[in-house]
Amino acid sequence: MTDGRIELHVTRYRPDKDTEPGRQEYEVPLREDWTVLDGLNYLKDEVDTTLAFRWSCRMGICGSCGMNVNGEPKLTCATFLSDYAPGPIRVEPLANFPVVRDLVVDLTDFMEKLPTVKPWIIREDDVTEIDGEYLQTPEELDAYKQFSMCINCMLCYAACPVYGLDPDFVGPAAIALAERYDLDSRDHGARERLDVLIEHEGVYGCTFVGECTRVCPKHVDPAGAIQRYKLKAAQQSVKAFLLPALPKGLRQRMDQ
Amino acid sequence: MSEDLTYRRPVSTWWWLHKRSYFLFVMRELSSLFVGWLVLYLLLFVRAVFQGEDEYHDFLDRASSGPLLVVNVVAFGFVVLHTVTWFGVTPQAMDLRLRGKKVPKSAVLGAQYVALAVVSGFVYWLVTR
Repeated sequence: MTDGRIELHVTRYRPDKDTEPGRQEYEVPLREDWTVLDGLNYLKDEVDTTLAFRWSCRMGICGSCGMNVNGEPKLTCATFLSDYAPGPIRVEPLANFPVVRDLVVDLTDFMEKLPTVKPWIIREDDVTEIDGEYLQTPEELDAYKQFSMCINCMLCYAACPVYGLDPDFVGPAAIALAERYDLDSRDHGARERLDVLIEHEGVYGCTFVGECTRVCPKHVDPAGAIQRYKLKAAQQSVKAFLLPALPKGLRQRMDQ
Repeated sequence: MSEDLTYRRPVSTWWWLHKRSYFLFVMRELSSLFVGWLVLYLLLFVRAVFQGEDEYHDFLDRASSGPLLVVNVVAFGFVVLHTVTWFGVTPQAMDLRLRGKKVPKSAVLGAQYVALAVVSGFVYWLVTR
């Protein structure tokens, strides 16, 4: 650090020029109230306009500014430069995702996986919003609220070595969102989601490293959600094994 | 379609040495082998007991030999790691509720150690009575 400044070692990748990512060293003012994102914005405005990175809300809501800071997946809008003084700070694109340019990663894989777990309310009746509201008690809300806080920032995917080694794994956020709807008293879709998540690349891909929960900026606890799903899947398998002869209709009623 | 210019970063074989938590996780996975070994060793011990006094004493002599002692001390260390780490993550996997309220993590964690102490006490009583 030189007198009120801190070094940022930023990963650069210009797909039209580079064959692989490299590192570029910058210096930014070290101000108490500046986050890593503020530092990057300073660079973009004052030093190097070609630097590419994603951001939007600057207040930990949009989930756009996730990057690896000194090897840890972080929301850069909530990560302060002063916590890393005297530096240098390594700023890299989120791990486990293909790099599009500099600090921007390709999230297509997650976008394709997310709808497979059906993260929306599934009803068996034909009641629509026109017929009225689905009322819930505070306890019923409490049952799934934690899992509904996910902002799809992808820090959990960047922290998950299973996803890094096996990109077919559905992954922490998608499974936590499936659990969020399973636990919702208005939903009847648990069985449909289980059919997807019981596959090899579903919940059983997880080896419970637990890093997804540790890095989650919203305290969603995806690792906990996945383990509970495993229990649900195991119970379902035992039930199917012990009660194979039951008529389908009766079994469906027992599943609910 | 345009050429895919995204860069896919290779995962190092040594990824598990990059973070303490990853290293601990891999050690926890590895500990299963040592748990398996000690189960097998216990079964061999039981077999020696049933085969008579000579076999039993031979087994004890082999058990106190240098290399086997080292293996078993290392295995015991891994079994302790296995126990502590799995007990540690159990409250996260279990969503226990009592009269609508979530059971605190410390209670789940404590219950496991109490259960371990009770089972160990019973086994000790069984062997030494």
